[in-house]
Amino acid sequence: MTAAKPAQPPAPRGAFEYLTTRKDEFVGWARKFSLFPYPFVTACCAMEFMSVSSTLYDTDRFGAALPRFTPRQSDLLMVVGTVSHKQAPILRKVYEQMCEPKWVMAFGVCATSGGFYDNYAALQGIDKIIPVDVYIPGCPPRPEMVIDAIMQLQDKIASERHPIINKEF
Amino acid sequence: MSAGEHYLGQVQAALGEAVAASMAHGLLVLEVEPGQVLPLVRRLKDEFGFDMFLDVTAVDWPQRRPRFDVVWHFYSTTAFVRVRVKARVEEADPTVDTLVPLYGSAGYMERECHEMYGILFRGNDDLRPLLLYEGFVGHPLRKDYDKHGEQPLVPYREVKP
Repeated sequence: MTAAKPAQPPAPRGAFEYLTTRKDEFVGWARKFSLFPYPFVTACCAMEFMSVSSTLYDTDRFGAALPRFTPRQSDLLMVVGTVSHKQAPILRKVYEQMCEPKWVMAFGVCATSGGFYDNYAALQGIDKIIPVDVYIPGCPPRPEMVIDAIMQLQDKIASERHPIINKEF
Repeated sequence: MSAGEHYLGQVQAALGEAVAASMAHGLLVLEVEPGQVLPLVRRLKDEFGFDMFLDVTAVDWPQRRPRFDVVWHFYSTTAFVRVRVKARVEEADPTVDTLVPLYGSAGYMERECHEMYGILFRGNDDLRPLLLYEGFVGHPLRKDYDKHGEQPLVPYREVKP
């Protein structure tokens, strides 16, 4: 008994039914805003790490605030503090446990170069044993420097190749 | 003269001429032969109430014979004073008696002194490395140890030019 409704006009064929992009740019865009850091914290730079993670500076704005407390679930290794030669095998093992893709941040001058621990006990920069993507000098670094480093790392991730299946794809 | 210095004077008088004693920075300093350390410390603990073991360390004098001073510090929790005991040992035989039977806390500090200076503590069976790691060669707080003598456990990366 209902009157036939007038036919709806067809949905407009908008401009955004599909987008095209390139695979590396798309995957890089997704990855750069979902950095899950693993804090490998050994020394006093941890205070600065807490400061930059918490409300005032808030690395969550960059999608890099949720620390994973297992290296197997994380993709950014933040080495925060001095690494001694006794500690080096642990750092190496943590790095090897992380899944690809993974990036490493040397947080503070001790992780970068050994800092003023210029002696037999301290590893003179973590890049002696693992590759490092971004270095932050400072003792400790300012939170602004850490944020700058995260942004530089995001630029690097966005612009690099992201092989998914293998190196050829 | 404070009450503490008065007490240390009494200790010095009771020990007599057999022990070379002097005062430095408000501490009583006793210098003895290595073999006399254990009986002296037993007297200090039992008769004079130095019931707290503070530290044992060593001093390296590269030009001097004997080369090492081994230095102990003790504290009295009743008289609130400290006493320092020093013994000289040769590089060829850097051996003193352990104080673990008297003070249980001496064990860790003797381990550290052993790894850093190579002092041997006769009677302490647990002289494994404490701050250093297994396989470390040498004693890094000796003055002839190279400051940059690192002994890495992980092989370094090959850096591509």
